[in-house]
Amino acid sequence: MLYREAGQFKTSYVADQAIFPIRQDRIGLALILLIAFVVLPLTASDFFLSVVMVPLLIFSLAAIGLNILTGYTGLLSLGTGGFMGVGAFACYKLTSIFPEVNIVIWILVSGLFASGVGILFGLPSLRIKGFYLAVATLSAQFFLDWAFVRLPWLVNYNISGAIEVPTRTLFGIPVTGPNATPQVRYLVILGVVTLLTWFASNLVHGRIGRSWMAVRDMDLAAELMGIRLYRTKLLAFAVSSYFCGVAGALMVFLWYGSAEPGVFGIDQSFFILFMVIIGGLGSLIGSFFGAGLIYGLPIILRGFVNAVGLEIAPATVEHLTFMTVGALIVFFLIIEPEGLARLWQIAKQKLRVWPFPY
Amino acid sequence: MRLRTSVLAGALVAATICVSALPAAAQDSIYVPLFTYRTGPFSGSGIFIAEGMHDYLEMLNQRDGGIGGVKLAIEECETGYDTKKGLECYEAVKDKKPVMVNPWSTGITLPLIPRAAVDKIPVLSMAYGLSAAAIGDTFPWIFNPPATYWDGLSMILSYIGNKEGGLDKLKGKTIGYIYLDAGFGKEPIPLFEQFAKDYGFTLKLYPVAATEMQNQSSQWLNVRRDRPNYMVMYGWGALNPTAIKEAVKINYPMDKFVSIWWPSEDDAKSAGDGAKGFKELNWHAVGANFPAIQDIKKYVTDKNLTQTDKNHLGQVLYNRGVYNSMLIAEAIRNAQKITGKKVVTGEDVRRGLETLDVDKARLKEIGLDGFTDPVKLTCADHNGHFPAFMQEWDGTKWVKVSEPIKPDMAKVGPLLSAAAKEYVEKNTGWPKRTEACDKAS
Repeated sequence: MLYREAGQFKTSYVADQAIFPIRQDRIGLALILLIAFVVLPLTASDFFLSVVMVPLLIFSLAAIGLNILTGYTGLLSLGTGGFMGVGAFACYKLTSIFPEVNIVIWILVSGLFASGVGILFGLPSLRIKGFYLAVATLSAQFFLDWAFVRLPWLVNYNISGAIEVPTRTLFGIPVTGPNATPQVRYLVILGVVTLLTWFASNLVHGRIGRSWMAVRDMDLAAELMGIRLYRTKLLAFAVSSYFCGVAGALMVFLWYGSAEPGVFGIDQSFFILFMVIIGGLGSLIGSFFGAGLIYGLPIILRGFVNAVGLEIAPATVEHLTFMTVGALIVFFLIIEPEGLARLWQIAKQKLRVWPFPY
Repeated sequence: MRLRTSVLAGALVAATICVSALPAAAQDSIYVPLFTYRTGPFSGSGIFIAEGMHDYLEMLNQRDGGIGGVKLAIEECETGYDTKKGLECYEAVKDKKPVMVNPWSTGITLPLIPRAAVDKIPVLSMAYGLSAAAIGDTFPWIFNPPATYWDGLSMILSYIGNKEGGLDKLKGKTIGYIYLDAGFGKEPIPLFEQFAKDYGFTLKLYPVAATEMQNQSSQWLNVRRDRPNYMVMYGWGALNPTAIKEAVKINYPMDKFVSIWWPSEDDAKSAGDGAKGFKELNWHAVGANFPAIQDIKKYVTDKNLTQTDKNHLGQVLYNRGVYNSMLIAEAIRNAQKITGKKVVTGEDVRRGLETLDVDKARLKEIGLDGFTDPVKLTCADHNGHFPAFMQEWDGTKWVKVSEPIKPDMAKVGPLLSAAAKEYVEKNTGWPKRTEACDKAS
């Protein structure tokens, strides 16, 4: 009823090509941003911010990174966890060598290191694709795993082999370390994620994004049209790894506060890949949906069991959560194999022509 | 738009449920969260620990109505040995004012170390976690009695040296070290290398990644090639049974295979008869013939107030859980004694832990006479560096085969201070200790 565009006329190409052409979408987005930036930090509990929102945003960012590669460019990758690790370790090294430089700058810069590594392991993508490429990126995952454990230089020769995040401040307020409040950490992450999502949105809607999608849909045709494959593919690897690297740095510095190399294992890669598949390949909002379902749902289910006051042992809850999330994933993929983002799109489409949906 | 609003509303409702799911801590009980893992690849070890920890505290609730007349609110939180979930658990219990947390994972302990002082929640990482946390002046909120991994290694080496007729006889020999390639397994390596230099033996490392725990054939192929005179193991979860099985498979002499204190009965049993002679360190008795454990049977397991399998009572990791809970209970009791309060807080229990003194008489009183050696902690020493003994697998049960072995503090002590100093240097702004020291109660 409310979601109809009757009366909204476009008088310029710019308006017609806008990412959110419908006024309600723009209002909705503004509302979401308002809630995220103002309402949540003021009202939500520490638990909600640090256990639900912070990880959700970080995983969404990593999912956007993988989505650029897998969803938009059609290059399957299993190395996400490793690229996140590169970002985290790069950020750790940078901030321990130059402690006076602001941590947020280092978090953003650390993604570049992940980019470099991503390009290196993206090279095989020029010759192979599909499952073969997945295996090539798997080798990236294993190699990086190995490197994180074996190169003590990366953790400043710490005997426990873990990153221990020092306290760093922004305008005199601690953003990392034990004294950083959940509100501050949340806002910094939200800022970085919003900025990078905006950046990604501009990329995928512009010339570069078009060439990525052309390569995804048929690389031969893309080449005939004059798109240089190696440049496009490597750029996709670079941008994708940049996002993953920043997500990794955020994860260790603003969420975990310390990390063993184990957290960047193959599990992490699969975790992000599931988010992308469930959320929807080739969709930015899908990355957020995917993170919400894969990471958020188990927490909500656990909270639900507690809230109802059921007397179930925690281990049983854990098993039940596994089963419920698994069942829901199967369910969502049956009703919409293209992911939650597609469901969202259909719902919007139906509302636009309501009450006569077709 | 309507859909969006309803989705938003739904999300807000879900969030409210999540938030309100945390019941306010009742004022008349002491909240003791237990971080456990009954699921995941480490559950083979985690289940026993969880059962032992839970049952002892539940027994106190049933038999004595808690500690000092205050009921314990025991709540388990499933971590799956996963740092992510462990932090989630920590955030979930934090607001309910826990008197202490037991992370039961080195990976979860590390991020909690800097938070403990800020949130005023003591961390009890019993014989695991960061060894340097034994230095109480640097880490006033972290406790890791009764021995560190470095203590354990020095005890293993002095046991081996003793068997060879003196540590100097280790010259020219080879010692292999198979370990979980994570913080836990890596920690002893610098000390091991130091020992290798001092006593002239060769150290061979066989790291096992957490994802490879069940597939150690390549490591053991190397063991067969290198033929080390002794093998030392720092394993957990599925690593232990696999290593023992592989050692049996390549006919490694089991009496030369020595582990830190984590393998359980099941780990050894699964390797069959070949595992006879396998050795591990321990600091408490195995078996259920202690009044306290009999009370667990009477008040908890027989009344079906727990998920524990009755056969687990008295097993090595079950008793480890009991020992851990005994420390929790004694710290709370001590805190009540010092402060005169009935319902104690995390800050009180930190003081309780710092002046913890469970002597022989007290052990007898709580029904654990002969179960373990007395524990005494101080302001400066949060570990105690107590001796442990060697036990051997005889095919059906663990048998104590040595006198108590003391850790080599001459070697471990300086390493601990250096590690603590380094930790402070790396963590700029690490707070100076401001907590006052209590006189031993």
